[in-house]
Amino acid sequence: MTGVTRRRVLAAAALAPLAGMWGCRAGGSSPAGSGPVSLRMVTWTANKEHLSLFSSIADTYVQSHPDSVSEVRFETIPDPYIPGLTTQMAGGSVPDLAWVPETNALEFVSSGALTPLTDTLNQISGYEMSDLLPNALKLWQSDDKLYAYPFSNSPFGLYANLELLKKVGQPTPAEMIKAGKWTWDDVAAVAAEANRATGKGGLEVNYGAWDQFAPMWMAWGASPWTSDGSKCTLDSAEMQSFFGWLHRQMYSAGAIVKPGENLPFLGGDAFFKVAQVSTSGALDFDFDFVPLPSGPRGRAIVIGEAGITVLAKSAHQSQALDFLGYFTNPQNAAKLAAFFPPPRQKLLTEATFAKAAPKLTRKQIQTTVLDQIPKAIPKMGHPKLSQFYDIASRDLDALYQPRADVAGVLRKACSDIDPILRS
Amino acid sequence: MLPQVCGILAFGLVPFALVIWYSFHTWRPLAGTFDFVGTANYAALLQDEQVARSLVVTLLFALGLVACNVVLAMVLALLMNRRFRGVSVFRAVFFSPVVVPIVAWTIIWNYLLASNGGVNQVLGLIGINGPNWFRTPWVALAAVVAVQVTKGIGINMVLFLAALQGVPTELKEAARLDGASARRVLTNVTLPLLTPTLLMVVMITVVGSLEVFAPVQILTGGGPSGTTTVLSYYLYEVAFSRQQFGYASVIGVLLFLVTFVLTGMQWLFRKRWVHDEI
Repeated sequence: MTGVTRRRVLAAAALAPLAGMWGCRAGGSSPAGSGPVSLRMVTWTANKEHLSLFSSIADTYVQSHPDSVSEVRFETIPDPYIPGLTTQMAGGSVPDLAWVPETNALEFVSSGALTPLTDTLNQISGYEMSDLLPNALKLWQSDDKLYAYPFSNSPFGLYANLELLKKVGQPTPAEMIKAGKWTWDDVAAVAAEANRATGKGGLEVNYGAWDQFAPMWMAWGASPWTSDGSKCTLDSAEMQSFFGWLHRQMYSAGAIVKPGENLPFLGGDAFFKVAQVSTSGALDFDFDFVPLPSGPRGRAIVIGEAGITVLAKSAHQSQALDFLGYFTNPQNAAKLAAFFPPPRQKLLTEATFAKAAPKLTRKQIQTTVLDQIPKAIPKMGHPKLSQFYDIASRDLDALYQPRADVAGVLRKACSDIDPILRS
Repeated sequence: MLPQVCGILAFGLVPFALVIWYSFHTWRPLAGTFDFVGTANYAALLQDEQVARSLVVTLLFALGLVACNVVLAMVLALLMNRRFRGVSVFRAVFFSPVVVPIVAWTIIWNYLLASNGGVNQVLGLIGINGPNWFRTPWVALAAVVAVQVTKGIGINMVLFLAALQGVPTELKEAARLDGASARRVLTNVTLPLLTPTLLMVVMITVVGSLEVFAPVQILTGGGPSGTTTVLSYYLYEVAFSRQQFGYASVIGVLLFLVTFVLTGMQWLFRKRWVHDEI
């Protein structure tokens, strides 16, 4: 090879990946052309039964739409899901459809990353938009347009390990509710006694995700920001009251599993846990699943949601919209309800949830799920949550020390977050 | 040469050039925007207090890791350089963490160092109340250093062992004949001849310490209160949690500069202490 040829080859070798990466960054996915297209939906589930159900629905759709869609692929993005999804989007590999958790709903809806669904869904014969729970749709709406179908609506409740409670002679949640003693203070008292008797954890909480405390602090009337999201209220009197209570229960009463302790409820090492319907499938001991206790401001009925959406940068928007309409129509929503609590009122029946959570009793389904869903409000979100979530995590970490200055920590968190909320 | 050059270009220089290019932009993947902002990201870097804190944490981590890893690896190599029954078993045992995937290794230590985990239970047997390893500020950093040291010590031990076995025996015998004690033979003959390997080990370990990520993410998530948020982890947070790819690229450039400066300083000062081979 001559010197000139060698230089040309080197130059080409250097520029080729540069050109490829530039093409990727510019979002250069192949344009929609004629002929059937391949659709890709990303999810965070790797459950074989879930994926098998999705594939069977997709196969039926493809068979009836051979001219527009050749296949629908379901791709699992492992945890952390949102960073994985946004990295794909940044790299130009934009999926056609995606799951979005309720925590990120406002961010995705306000960013322009999602395609409005309303017109498409309204045009589908038999779709029954009016059957969708209005509360379930609120998070995914902007300017009267719907941007995601909330396929999973699961209320938070309190799980209790009945075997452990009975072993230590402590009252069960059913007994406490019947006696009219169903507040967080009552639960904490039982948890503390149970912890003293056994050394096992009282109430297990997740310190790694501060927003997971939302179902609890809402019972104190607390909110991390104002309703318009422009000001931090982590330092409000209500939030200070909640975290003060949490701190006392952790370090003085011993009612709550302390940070750094490994006492998982799922492993039978803790007495209580706040969680949703899906947790029941993993339990192999006698348990109860009851509505959350009351706090100083009453009982908070909180729901966790997940939406399916079509991304605005999808190369096959019209086909993806049509598939989403099919995937979530009443017939397929009934199939999806086998695993995901649906937003359709006609499907809010014991029979539906008995399939979705076979380990739950009829009473648990009725009182903790069916009675709560219509009244539930979604867990909090913010359009700029990803900008300050880690900052808040770092600040709130200081709460999980024995001699934490609760008010001071919360004030610092707000002083760090407020500039972002205001910007 | 051509394949190597193409590889270096494609997987080294081109991505690096792209990172610098991205650092001059605000890149919002959700909105799909990629806007040139000049040096605004660099100005933001200078005002970001977390960058300064992460730099301090990174340097402390690097110092702790390099000191513990190098000293312990050297001690182990000296011990493993002896002939006794079962020495190859001990060598394999000390090397085995190197071949365990870093995530698996870290998860095991996550359980062992839980406040009610195995380590504290053993300490409790001898009357010591072990700390909350991952929830006590700065103790958590020491715990992450310890996990990383135990993971990588085997490879440095092997490098030192190979170097020890390359020390000419006649030099040590000559020193002994001249009346040198075992300690003098070690400090005046063996260790000087090990300095080239020591330089390589220190340089590799420093670079590795600046790139640490998995143990921080799994064990502490950068906490408590940011006391284990090294620069590489902060880069991950900014890029993938906050979706600020442009600003994260600036942090990447900073990390490169820190690595370059530290490596360069070691290389420049090597002549002051690295003994040339005779």
